[in-house]
Amino acid sequence: MSDVKVIEIKKSIFEENGREADELRAELKSKGVFLLNLMSSPGSGKTTTLISLINKLKSRLRIAVMEADIDSDVDAVKIKQATGIESIQLHTGGMCHLDAEMTRQGLENLPLEDIDLAILENVGNLVCPAEFDTGSCCNAMILSVPEGDDKALKYPLMFSICDLVIINKIDVMPYFNFDMDKCLSNIHKRNPKAEVIPICALSGEGVDRVAEWLMERIADWQK
Amino acid sequence: MHELGIVFHIIKEVKAVAAQNACSKVSKVVMDIGEVSTVVPYYLEDCWKWAVAREDSLMKDCRLEVNVLEAVTRCDACSKEYSTVKHAKICPYCGSEETFLLRGNEVEIKEIEVE
Repeated sequence: MSDVKVIEIKKSIFEENGREADELRAELKSKGVFLLNLMSSPGSGKTTTLISLINKLKSRLRIAVMEADIDSDVDAVKIKQATGIESIQLHTGGMCHLDAEMTRQGLENLPLEDIDLAILENVGNLVCPAEFDTGSCCNAMILSVPEGDDKALKYPLMFSICDLVIINKIDVMPYFNFDMDKCLSNIHKRNPKAEVIPICALSGEGVDRVAEWLMERIADWQK
Repeated sequence: MHELGIVFHIIKEVKAVAAQNACSKVSKVVMDIGEVSTVVPYYLEDCWKWAVAREDSLMKDCRLEVNVLEAVTRCDACSKEYSTVKHAKICPYCGSEETFLLRGNEVEIKEIEVE
């Protein structure tokens, strides 16, 4: 019988991912690539918002998209068809989020030397993606009107880590019991620094503001 | 199912420590999990069993022990501490919303038992 001994570790399991994420960010910085991590519930309009946003930005920036889903490539195909830009599909193999290592593997499939903005469309989920730093330069999320103005109270971690909260589907606000002031107050309770931009991805209303906000962030990053 | 992702992270970290210490076998991993860490111990154990059954000799069928740590929130207004799970964001003593989580969101590898 061999000796049994105990090794004390006392280490958060997010620590290693955090380190990998910091390394990835430093690498992206040196290459002048801005990585945006876009998160939301399923069905909030991530892909529609991206198409609208990319069509506004593609003459000014070289963009590529990574679509993360548990299965299928419908989103990647949709983005490619609607915008003409490079779009790849990542499968998470049943997992509900991407971590820094998976993000790095995804980025290896993109020609980073020819890209200014890489967008990661994370798995539709408001819980787990918030816990794992992907190595992105900026976190953004979409909250759509039908989901309700109290979402920030139910998923506080997600709202607290996002630099930008896009409120989508504002065109259907009259049909839902959605109070914009209450929504803003709930978001700022969890994250006083969050920028909030209401949009309608289908009509394009408000998407210019998102584009300008992003352009400023990218200019800062590439300085 | 983020427990599965967490299990992969634990195994990766434990393997690194085992390699540093030239261990031939990891027989047990002890985790400290906070009550409000969003990790469900039951799911974690389930994913763990699935994952270690597929490991090679170093971690094959390694046992998992989970310590659940109580979540405590502190109130900025009255400086009292209370159970987060029982009372959430609003202080039960003074009704203030100016409260913050003191502890309870840990997902930590405490120690491992090796041979």
